[in-house]
Amino acid sequence: MISVRGITKRFGSHTALDGVELEVPEGTVQGLLGPNGAGKTTTVRVLTTLLQPDSGDAFVAGRSVLNEGHAVRQRLGVSGQYAAVDEKLTGFENLTMVGELYGMRRKDAKARARELLRDFRLDDVPDDKRAGTYSGGMRRRLDLAGAIVARPPVVILDEPTTGLDPRGRRDTWAAIESLASGGTTVLLTTQYLEEADQLADSIAVIDGGRIIAEGTAAELKTQTGGARVDILLAPSSDVDLAVGAVRRAGHEATVDRRAGRLTIGASGGSRDLIDVVEALHAVGLETTEAALRQPTLDEVFLQLTGNSAESDATVDEPGSPEREPVTAHGTAKESR
Amino acid sequence: MSIASVLRDGRVIARRNMLGVRRTPGALVTGVAQPIIFVLILGFVFANALGGDNYREFLIGGVLAQTLTFNSSFTAVYLAKDLQSGLIDRFRALPMSRVGVILGRTSSDLLTNTISIVVVIACGLAIGWRVHSDIGDVALTFGLLLLFAFATSWIGAFIALTARSVEVAQSLGLLWLFPVCFVSGAFVSADTLPGPLRVVAEWNPVTAVATAVRRGFGNEPPAGFAVAHGWPADNALLYAALCCLAIIAVFAPIAVVQYRRISKR
Repeated sequence: MISVRGITKRFGSHTALDGVELEVPEGTVQGLLGPNGAGKTTTVRVLTTLLQPDSGDAFVAGRSVLNEGHAVRQRLGVSGQYAAVDEKLTGFENLTMVGELYGMRRKDAKARARELLRDFRLDDVPDDKRAGTYSGGMRRRLDLAGAIVARPPVVILDEPTTGLDPRGRRDTWAAIESLASGGTTVLLTTQYLEEADQLADSIAVIDGGRIIAEGTAAELKTQTGGARVDILLAPSSDVDLAVGAVRRAGHEATVDRRAGRLTIGASGGSRDLIDVVEALHAVGLETTEAALRQPTLDEVFLQLTGNSAESDATVDEPGSPEREPVTAHGTAKESR
Repeated sequence: MSIASVLRDGRVIARRNMLGVRRTPGALVTGVAQPIIFVLILGFVFANALGGDNYREFLIGGVLAQTLTFNSSFTAVYLAKDLQSGLIDRFRALPMSRVGVILGRTSSDLLTNTISIVVVIACGLAIGWRVHSDIGDVALTFGLLLLFAFATSWIGAFIALTARSVEVAQSLGLLWLFPVCFVSGAFVSADTLPGPLRVVAEWNPVTAVATAVRRGFGNEPPAGFAVAHGWPADNALLYAALCCLAIIAVFAPIAVVQYRRISKR
């Protein structure tokens, strides 16, 4: 339903997209996961015909973004990273306007607007409340509603929950899930691993303008080296003693000293869990938690890129010094 | 893209713009205050040096032409604001006509322009300006004013789509107004300007609109005013209308070209 074929886009000397390839089958939710500046928004801008690629082409519902822009736009709903709702209009007026611009008759556009306001729980505010006075979560829901006014077969959502509080995020997730269950093909960009895990059937990891890995969340986790054993030591245990005991049992642990937590690669599965717990008991250490688990997507991401997605994505946290300027540069270019 | 869908989309956008004006009436202050200031300054500071009461009769046609030219900066600023806020991107991702977005702006700005025209007329009546012609001429004159307002709006739209930031659109949108409005016969007889400036003023569309409006309302120049001659002065109404059409014919297409170019960057 969406087919991206070798898209390249440069801004001056900065290569934002470097041969991006992506196939999204009909009726699935595709996550496009990556840190800021990875090329997510540029990909979205190409797919929504807002930006012309330097080379390559992309197809939305079989129509080329290069040569059939109007046909692409007819089949596409878009919700942006920065909710582009008209602040001076009410929610109802915003949705009616979008409906009319999709070519609906005014009467039909109004009926559809009312229906969407109800579906997105935006109908319990006064009729004359302008979108400019909506909370962040309400604006995002309104923007999302605008994307599906014309019931397009394909919807592209660019970082739909960035900047939302947990409740706003949960509401938005529910809205996206109901969209997907209705058979709409969704491409969703996100810098949140949890979000991709929760919503997407398939995840493509993008970094430096290239797709570096693709698959379901489970596949990505297996690709990058199997399970982990998590140990939380009983309070005031000797952490060094624990690390030594685990090492003698043939395992290497990463340690969070303050929390008293050990994380151990466990390619042997439950056998490794038993080994580790027995080794600790042998030196007289108790555990508060002992668990075998799949790696988190953050660990996957770290392994794929050598960068942590979460810390890279969070603006306040200092990233690695050589990466930070590149990220800032890419973002500035993308947001134009 | 059919003409019908261009007009339809233009109407939807124009309605949205007008709702915006209605909800932030403060934005109209400039559109109302500016013509009042011009009428009062010219009518009382300059009038006595330039012919007294008769100059106040002469003045109104000039202030109308100047005000409608200045109002093109509203088009520039509003459109630049929509570009900057990301709303235009939202429109560009919709299956709508690309001309429709700009047409919606230039047509809804006719509302602001109509308000400005009414304000100038009211100020004129207050300082002694009168209409001396018949209803047909008056109707024709209002028609010309709206056509001219629509034409200058397209210049503003082109400036916004070229500048693409509110600040740049604001300064660019004002810069050209002063030479165009003042190297003209809007407030003096074009005949009194030196050499090459006189030729510029004689052919300046602002002169033609001011002259045609004065004739349409039956306002005579003050006694002793040098009378401008030549084809544009003798056929002011025709020349003014042709200028408006020419401005639209040039600036509408290049504004649309600029709109399309946004996707290349």
